[in-house]
Amino acid sequence: MERKVHVQTTINGEPAEFLCEPRQSLLECLRDILNLTGTKEGCNDGNCGACTVTMDGRIVTSCLVLGVEAEGAEITTIEGIARGNELHPLQKAFLEEAALQCGICTPGFIVAAKALLDQEPHPTEERIRWWLANNLCRCTGYDKIVKAVQKAAQEVTL
Amino acid sequence: MKWFDYQAPRNIGEAVEAMTLHPTARPLAGGTDLLVQMRAGRRTPDLIVDIKKIPELNQLHFEPGLGLTLGAAVPCYRIYNDSAVSRAYPSLAEVANIIGGTQIQGRASIGGNLCNAAPSADSIPLLIALGATARITGPSGERTIDVAAFCTAPGVNVLQPGEILVSIQIPPTAGGARYLRFIPRNEMDIAVAGAGVSVTLSNGNIQSAKIALASVAPTPITVDASSLSGAPVNDDTLKKAGELAAAAAKPITDMRGTADYRRHLCAVLTRRALASAIAAAKESK
Ligand SMILES: Cc1cc2nc3c(=O)[nH]c(=O)nc-3n(C[C@H](O)[C@H](O)[C@H](O)COP(=O)(O)OP(=O)(O)OC[C@H]3O[C@@H](n4cnc5c(N)ncnc54)[C@H](O)[C@@H]3O)c2cc1C
Ligand code: FES
Ligand code: FES
Repeated sequence: MERKVHVQTTINGEPAEFLCEPRQSLLECLRDILNLTGTKEGCNDGNCGACTVTMDGRIVTSCLVLGVEAEGAEITTIEGIARGNELHPLQKAFLEEAALQCGICTPGFIVAAKALLDQEPHPTEERIRWWLANNLCRCTGYDKIVKAVQKAAQEVTL
Repeated sequence: MKWFDYQAPRNIGEAVEAMTLHPTARPLAGGTDLLVQMRAGRRTPDLIVDIKKIPELNQLHFEPGLGLTLGAAVPCYRIYNDSAVSRAYPSLAEVANIIGGTQIQGRASIGGNLCNAAPSADSIPLLIALGATARITGPSGERTIDVAAFCTAPGVNVLQPGEILVSIQIPPTAGGARYLRFIPRNEMDIAVAGAGVSVTLSNGNIQSAKIALASVAPTPITVDASSLSGAPVNDDTLKKAGELAAAAAKPITDMRGTADYRRHLCAVLTRRALASAIAAAKESK
């Protein structure tokens, strides 16, 4: 029988619930049901990282997670990164270092980079590049992104 | 994606029952193969059985005399973040770290890599070289088989209707092991060829060696390396190991590389992986 499923979860620190079809990805649930459109769809097959969110502390590609799997989980999206009205140091650094052009990859990069800095405040450039290997950018050529993450790493620890 | 139902059983019995009642059901571990295949219409299950809430499938337990129990749903990051496991099986921790990128490793399991049975699966040659076995449970009880016999064709494995993989058992290692692959990029790509090797040493000679290959046959394949037993550790032996691998490979030509190129890669990767495994075996003494 085709029945929607009721999912209770936590998104950006707030309890959230929604009704979805089992076949809907977490990405679709975030964007189309919860109107959290900051998370982007690029490839829809796990390669580009534009849809990156954290789930119970780990970064995942939300296009490869079912919405129903969010039951009981803690999800953080790009909408939960700023501190109130104050941009997160990563967000500021991306602006200051011009680490984006079209911007479609940016939410994924920022969510992924934040997860790295949260666990390793002083990553090397090599570590940053490997960590972000699952995030693709068609515009910037990556150097500016890596520089922005390095800059934010300095500021996070100030 | 076509409509399907979703269940997340809390124990093996419920999972097997659900799988038995629904012949087209598929188990879901990290979903990094399954959801991609379903979206492409290559698999159309009417039920997804999420196995991540079953305790046995989340076990990651190393016991020095007994070896490693790797639950079928354990995601890659847990393997390389576990210091005891990484110390005992550095080659396994390394493989967990090359499957996809950080996001994929947050979800993808070695069990899923094995069950997906891709010829290019990075973990399978190493599991074969490490002498791993697969613990399977189904409607008619439990059975254990060698990982070397698990994959039967591209995307096909030995599991019968209703059966699931519970865990992968890896015996304690007395030597060294290594998996090396060739991919055009540094990460996030499919192996053109891969070689998993394990070795034990005795009095400076090779006591026994195991070699398995990825991406050069319809399934991961085991190379008969018995002729290396007793051989001295030198360049000739490394070269011979490479030749055995190249001779065992049955590659095809496709967009990733020609058959000849792949055979050449088998020799080079096997030689290097064996040299590296020998170094690891010496270090672990
Ligand atoms: C961007 C990207 C990069 C990737 N890079 C690599 C790579 O470098 N190397 C590589 O080898 N692979 C790679 N993969 C493929 C995939 O990530 C791996 O094969 C992964 O290990 C699959 O594990 P999973 O837990 O996600 O499996 P799932 O997708 O959950 O399952 C895979 C298959 O196994 C079945 N299955 C799962 N668990 C069980 C069980 N316990 N019992 C019975 N059947 C089961 C499922 O029904 C399904 O058919 C990549 C995938 C993506 C999307
Ligand atoms: S949209 Fe999810 S990885 Fe590209
Ligand atoms: S800024 Fe356009 S894809 Fe990265």
